[in-house]
Amino acid sequence: MDNVGKKRFSPGAWISANKVTALFIVLCVGAFFASKQSMAFLLGELFTRIGRNTFLVLSLIIPVVCGLGLNFGIVIGAMAAQIGVFAISVFEMSGFGSMVVCLLVATPLAVLFGYGTGKLFNNMKGSEMIGGMVLRYCADGFYQLLFLFIFGGVIKIDNIRLMIAGTSGVKNTIDLIDSIKYVVDELPLLNVLLVVLVGTALWQVVVLAGALRGKQQALVRKTLVNLVGCGAIFACTYIPYLEKMLITTKWSLLDAVEVIVYVGSAALVVAELYGKALLERAFELKKLGARIAGLVVVYLLTYIPSVEKLLRSVKVPVFTFCLIALLCVFNQAIFKTRLGQNMRTVGQSMAVASSSGINVDRTRIIAIILSTVLACWGQLISLQNIGTLQTYGAHDTVGQFAIAALLVGGASVHRANNRQALLGVVLFHTLFILSPSAGKELFGNAAIGEYFRVFIAYGVIALSLAMHAWKGKSAPKIRLTTPPATPGEGTPSEGNGAVPEPA
Amino acid sequence: MESDYVLQMDGVSKEYSGNRVLKNVSLSVKRGEIHALMGENGAGKSTLMNILFGMPVIHNTGGFEGSILLDGCPATISNPQEAMQAGIGMVHQEFMLIPGFTVTENIKVGRELTKPTFFSRIFGKSLETLDFGTMKQDARRALDTVGLGIEEHVRIAGLPVGYMQFIEIAREIDKTGIRLLVFDEPTAVLTESEAARLLAAMRDIAAQGIAIIFITHRLDEVMTVSDSVTILRDGELVTRMPTADTNVHQIAELMVGRKIGGQLTAAEERRQTREGIALKLRDLCVDMPGEALEGVDLDIREGEIFGVGGLAGQGKLGIPNGIMGLYPATGSVELFGEALDFDKLGDALQKGVAFVSEDRRGVGLLLEDSVRLNIIFTAMQINNQFLKGNMLDTREANHHAQEMVKNLDIRCTSIHQVVGDLSGGNQQKVCVARALATNPRLLFVSEPTRGIDIGAKRLVLDLLRRINEEQGMTIVMVSSELVELRSICDRIAIVSDGQVSAIMSPTDSDVNFGLAMSGIRVGAGGPAEELGGEQA
Amino acid sequence: MSDGLIKRIGWPRIIISAVLVMLILTAMLTGMDWVSLINDMVRRWGQYGILVLAMVPGIQCGIGLNFGVSLGIVGGLLGGLISMELTGQYGLWMSMTPAGRAWMMLLTALVAGIAISTLIGIGYGFLLNNVKGSEMTVSTYVGFSAIAFMNIMWLILPFKNGEIMLPLGGSGLRQTITLEFSFGSVLNNFLMLKIPLAGKVLTIPTGLLLFFFLVCFIVWLFFRSKPGMTMTAAGSNGAFARANGINVNKTRILGTTISTILGGVGIITYAQSYGFLQLYNAPMMMGFTCVASVLIGGATIRRAGVSNVVAGTLMFQGLLALGLPVANNIIPVSSLSEVSRLIISNGIILYALSKSGGRSRG
Repeated sequence: MDNVGKKRFSPGAWISANKVTALFIVLCVGAFFASKQSMAFLLGELFTRIGRNTFLVLSLIIPVVCGLGLNFGIVIGAMAAQIGVFAISVFEMSGFGSMVVCLLVATPLAVLFGYGTGKLFNNMKGSEMIGGMVLRYCADGFYQLLFLFIFGGVIKIDNIRLMIAGTSGVKNTIDLIDSIKYVVDELPLLNVLLVVLVGTALWQVVVLAGALRGKQQALVRKTLVNLVGCGAIFACTYIPYLEKMLITTKWSLLDAVEVIVYVGSAALVVAELYGKALLERAFELKKLGARIAGLVVVYLLTYIPSVEKLLRSVKVPVFTFCLIALLCVFNQAIFKTRLGQNMRTVGQSMAVASSSGINVDRTRIIAIILSTVLACWGQLISLQNIGTLQTYGAHDTVGQFAIAALLVGGASVHRANNRQALLGVVLFHTLFILSPSAGKELFGNAAIGEYFRVFIAYGVIALSLAMHAWKGKSAPKIRLTTPPATPGEGTPSEGNGAVPEPA
Repeated sequence: MESDYVLQMDGVSKEYSGNRVLKNVSLSVKRGEIHALMGENGAGKSTLMNILFGMPVIHNTGGFEGSILLDGCPATISNPQEAMQAGIGMVHQEFMLIPGFTVTENIKVGRELTKPTFFSRIFGKSLETLDFGTMKQDARRALDTVGLGIEEHVRIAGLPVGYMQFIEIAREIDKTGIRLLVFDEPTAVLTESEAARLLAAMRDIAAQGIAIIFITHRLDEVMTVSDSVTILRDGELVTRMPTADTNVHQIAELMVGRKIGGQLTAAEERRQTREGIALKLRDLCVDMPGEALEGVDLDIREGEIFGVGGLAGQGKLGIPNGIMGLYPATGSVELFGEALDFDKLGDALQKGVAFVSEDRRGVGLLLEDSVRLNIIFTAMQINNQFLKGNMLDTREANHHAQEMVKNLDIRCTSIHQVVGDLSGGNQQKVCVARALATNPRLLFVSEPTRGIDIGAKRLVLDLLRRINEEQGMTIVMVSSELVELRSICDRIAIVSDGQVSAIMSPTDSDVNFGLAMSGIRVGAGGPAEELGGEQA
Repeated sequence: MSDGLIKRIGWPRIIISAVLVMLILTAMLTGMDWVSLINDMVRRWGQYGILVLAMVPGIQCGIGLNFGVSLGIVGGLLGGLISMELTGQYGLWMSMTPAGRAWMMLLTALVAGIAISTLIGIGYGFLLNNVKGSEMTVSTYVGFSAIAFMNIMWLILPFKNGEIMLPLGGSGLRQTITLEFSFGSVLNNFLMLKIPLAGKVLTIPTGLLLFFFLVCFIVWLFFRSKPGMTMTAAGSNGAFARANGINVNKTRILGTTISTILGGVGIITYAQSYGFLQLYNAPMMMGFTCVASVLIGGATIRRAGVSNVVAGTLMFQGLLALGLPVANNIIPVSSLSEVSRLIISNGIILYALSKSGGRSRG
C-alpha cells in the first residue's frame, strides 16, 4: 500500500495546500521591509503578543476536531474571566493568591457558560458558527447589562476606584497593577517545579504503600524508580546554572536557546539510557549523535554577534510559555483518550458515532465546555500581561483575532492542530504589529495600516469560510465519480494481492 | 434452557397508525446457519429487522406484538445498544465507516480499548488512553476472520468499495459475544468477484457458530450460500423451508404471489392503442444515486399505460428522473419523434411531459404553499397559464384550482390551505392535478401509491385509468407494487440492475415476474441469456 | 375563528403589541412627553423599513437571513457620496432651487446607489451560489469584511468635496457627513402632517412613510408575478424547482441582487431621515438589526413577507423608541438602549436559529 510510505515534503505542494498561509508569509515579509522597523522591535512585540494570545488560539482546536467548527463562543469564556477579575478587584486582593481566587470564580462560570453554549449548539446542528457569532453579541448585551446596571445598580458596590461616580456601572478601565499584573508571567519556575515534584512524590508514596501491601513487585519497582527520578530532578535544581535559570522569571531568547540546548541534550541522553536500561530498546548512537549535533549547531549560531545581540534584547516570560507548551501537550493527549476519540468520531460523522453508541450531544457539550474554560484561562493570561482590564472592550476582538490567527496558520473549519495555531499566531501578529508602520511608510497614512489589519482579520475568516463551503460543495461530485473505479471485471483488490481468495 | 435456535421471533405483528405491516410473522435462525430472508419491497423485511434491533421508530409508534427469544430465553430489546449488547450485529447497506479514520479505528469505533492513566483515576474512565497495540491485534484478528489481508493502519478513504464492506463485517465480528449477524443486501454494491468472496466469507463466519440473516433479492446467491429461507409477502409469513428443498422458480413464485382477495384486478382486455411511439429510449443511462440506470432501450406507444416495475434500488426510478432532467443522463430520448436535449433545463416539460415524482414531499410539492399555487405552478411556469401580463391571474387560478379540487375529490378546507397539512392521498392528488394542469401528452407517475392508505390507493389508480381512457393520455407508471402495475398497465417492463430484464404482459405468470425482478432475464427484453446453472 | 386569527398573528406579536400599548400608557401616566415618543417611533419605522425589507427577497430566494446586507449598504453609501460629489464639486443641479436640488440629489443618490448595489449584488449572488448550505456564516463575514475593506477605501477614494472630506488637510472621508445642506429629510418633510395633540405636536413624516409603503408595494407585487413566484418556489424547495424547469442559481442571484439593491435604497432612505451619512464601522451591525426586525415580525429563516417587515419594523423600533425612555424614566441609567438592542435583537435571531434546527443555512 502506497499510503504506508512517508510523505515527502515538497514546497510546491505545501503552498498549493496552504495558500492562505503562504500569502501571509509573503505579506509579513513585505510588511517587514516596508515598515522599516528593526528586527528587535518586531521580535519584542511579537513575543509579547505570542504570550498573550496563543493560549486563546489553542482553545479553539478541540471544537474544530469535534465537528463544531470555529467556536465564536470563546468570547463568552473571556467574559467569565473578566467577571473573575472584577471580583478580585472589588475585594482588592493582590498577588498570586488573587489569581487563584480569580480562577476559582471564573472557571465554574466558564463551565456553566460552556454548558449553555453547548446545549444551544446542539439545538442548531449545522449552524453552530452563525449561532456562535450571534450568541457572542447576545452575550455581550448581557455582559454589559451586568457591568453597567447590575453591578452598582442592583448589587451595591462601594469602590470608587471601580465604579463610575454618581451612577451605577463599572468604570471603563480597571487597573490590575496591584492585583494580578504579571503574576503568571513572573511566577518563578522553581516554585512550580517544587510543587509538582512534591506532589508527584507524595502520590508515588501512596501508590508504593498500596503496591507493598498488595505485593505487586513490578509496581513497587516502577514507583521506586519514579521516586528516585523525582529526587534526581530535585537534586538538579541545586546545579547553580539551573537554579539561576529557574529563579529568573524572564529569560532572554538567548537564555531560552541555551537552556533548550543544555537540557535538551541531557534529556536526550537520559531518555536513551532509560530506554536501554528499562525498556531494553536498542541503543541508537547515530540518531542520538545527529540530534545533539543539531542542537549544538543551533547553539553555535548564537555566537554570531548580531544574532546574539538580537536574542539578548528580547525577553520572554518563562512560565507563560510553559503553560502554552502544556496546553499543546494537552491538545495532543486529549485525542489519545477515549473521550478524544469520541470527539474525533463525532466530528467525522455524527451518524456513525451515534450508531456506535457514542452520546453525540454529550460529547459536543464537553468539547464546548473545554474550549470555553480554556478560553477563560487564556483571557486571564492575557489580562495579567496587559495589566489593565478594558471592562467593555477586552473581549471584543478575542474570538475574532484568535480565529483569524488559527485560520492564517492553515487551519480550516474541519481541521486544526497545534502547529497551525502556533504558526498562525506568529504570522497574524507579525502583520498586526507591522501594518500601521508599513501603511505609514507606503501610503503616508498610519490609519490605512490600522484599517488594513482589521480588514485582514475579517477577510481571512470570510475567505476561509467561503473556501470551506466551496470545497464542501464539490465533495459529493468526487464521490459520484469514484464508483466507476471498481466496475465489472476491474477488481483492483486482486491487483495488489491484498485480499487473499478465501478457501 | 438450551436451544438450537439463536433467534426465534414468534407471532410478530406490527401496525403503523392503523396500517398493519406485519401479521403474525415468525422468524427463526439456528446457530451457524445462513438464513435467507426474502420478500418484495414492503413485504415487511425492514420492519422485522427494526423490531429485532429495537429501533426507536418501532417504540415511537406503539411497539409490536409477539415475542423474541435469544438462545431460548425471552429477550426485550428496547434500543439498538441493547441489541448490540445481546450480540446482534448489522452489516449496513450503506457503509457506516469514517473515511478519515484508519481501519483499526473504524473497527473499534465506540468500543475503543483503553488503559488507565493518572488522570483517568481522578476524572473517570473517559480520560483513559487508547491502547492502540491491543486494538490493532483485535482488528487484525477480525480482518483475518473475514479474509481481508489489508493492513490495519491504512485509512479508509480511497479504499475500493469492496474492502469497505469487509471492514464493516470485521467490525461486527469484532464485537464480543456476537452471535447473530444481519447482512442487508450486502452484495448490492459489489462486483461479481467481490460478491463471491463475500459469500465465502459469510460461510466462514457461519462455520464459527455465528448465525446469519441474509437479506437479498438475488436468488442465485440465496441458492448458493443459504441453508434455509424465510419468505414474507405483504407482511405475512409465506413459508420457512430448507434451501435444499426448493428452487429458484418456487421462491420467485412464492415471493410475488397474488394477494389473497385482492381488490385490484388485472387489466382485462388490451385496449386499442394508437400507432405512434410516444417515447423512444435508446441506451439511456442515468446517474441517480441509488437508482442508477445503465443503458435502457424502450418504446412506449401512444395511448397506453406502460408500467415500469422492479425492486427498490434497481434503477427503475432513474427513467423518469433522468428524462425530466433531475439527474445527469446520457443516451437518446425521443418524445413524439422529437429528440430531447438533456442540457436544456425543463426540456421534457416543454415537450409536453408531466411528472408526478416518487418523492412527493421532497420534489413533488411546495409544502408551505397553498393548494392553489401547487396546482397551477407548473402550468404557469411552462405554459404561462394563469397569468395576466406577468402577474398572477387570481380569478383564473382560483377557478382552475376549484375545478381540480372538485374533479379529483381533493379533500381540503379551501384552495388556500397549505399543502403540508393535507393527508398523503390528497397530497398525491394535488401532484396529479399539477401535472394535469399542463395538459401533458405524456404523464410519468412515479410510485403513485407510496405512503397513502389503501382507499386512497384505489382512488389514485382509478384516476389514472380514467385520465388514460377519457383523454387518451399516454401514462408511464413506475412502481414497486407489482400488483398495482398489473392491475392497470397494458405492458410492464421490469428493471433490474439498471437494465430492463423483461417486458411482460400483466397476465404473465408469477414465476416469470419473480424471476425478472431478481434480474434473471426472461422472454423478449434484453439479450435473453438465462439462468446460470443454479436452478434445481 | 378568532383562534385561527391568533395563530396567524402569533402570540409573540400579540404580546409585543400589548407591551407597546402599555408603554404608551405608562408614558402618559408618568407625565412623559409621550407624543414625541410616538413621533420617534413612527419616524424610525419609515427610517429602518426598507433596510428590513431587504431581508425578504433574501429569505424567499433561499439564501436565508441576509446578514451581508451591509454590501448593499456600502453601495447605497457610495451612491450618496457620488451624489454629493457631483453637486458639490461639479455643480450638478446647482441651477435649481434648493428644494428642487435636494430632490434631484436624492434621486441621483438613489440611481447611483442602485447601480452600484446591482453590480455588487450580482457578484454576491454568484458567491452565495457556490457556498450553498453555509450562506449565513459566509455572508456575515463577507459583510464584515466589506465594511472593513471600505474603511480603507473611505480613506483613499478620490473624493474632493469639502463637505464630505475630513477638514484641515486630513485625508479621507468624514466619519459622519451631514446631509443638512443636500438631501437630508426631503422625504420626511414631504407632505409632513403636524397634528396638535395633548398640547404637543404629532408629526407624521408622510413622504417617508409613503416611500416606504411604495417600495413595499413594489416588492409585494413582485412576489405575485411569475418571476417572484418562481423565486419563492426555488427558495423553498430547490428540487421542486428543478423538476419544474427552473434554474435555481439564477433565481438566487436575482433574489440576492434585489436584496442588495434594497439595502442600498434602504440606507439612503435611512440617511436622509437620520440627517447623516455614517461611514466606517457604523453600518457593521446593521444587518443584525434588520434580521431581528423581520424575525420579530413573524418571518422564519425560510419564509418572509412584506407584512412581516411592516409589522416587525414597527414593533422592534417601537420597543426601542418607547421602551428605553420609559425604562429610563423609571430607572435613570444611561446607555440602556444599546444593551437592550443587543440582547433583544440577537436573542431573537438565536431563537429563530435554534427553532429551525438543522434545516437552517448556517
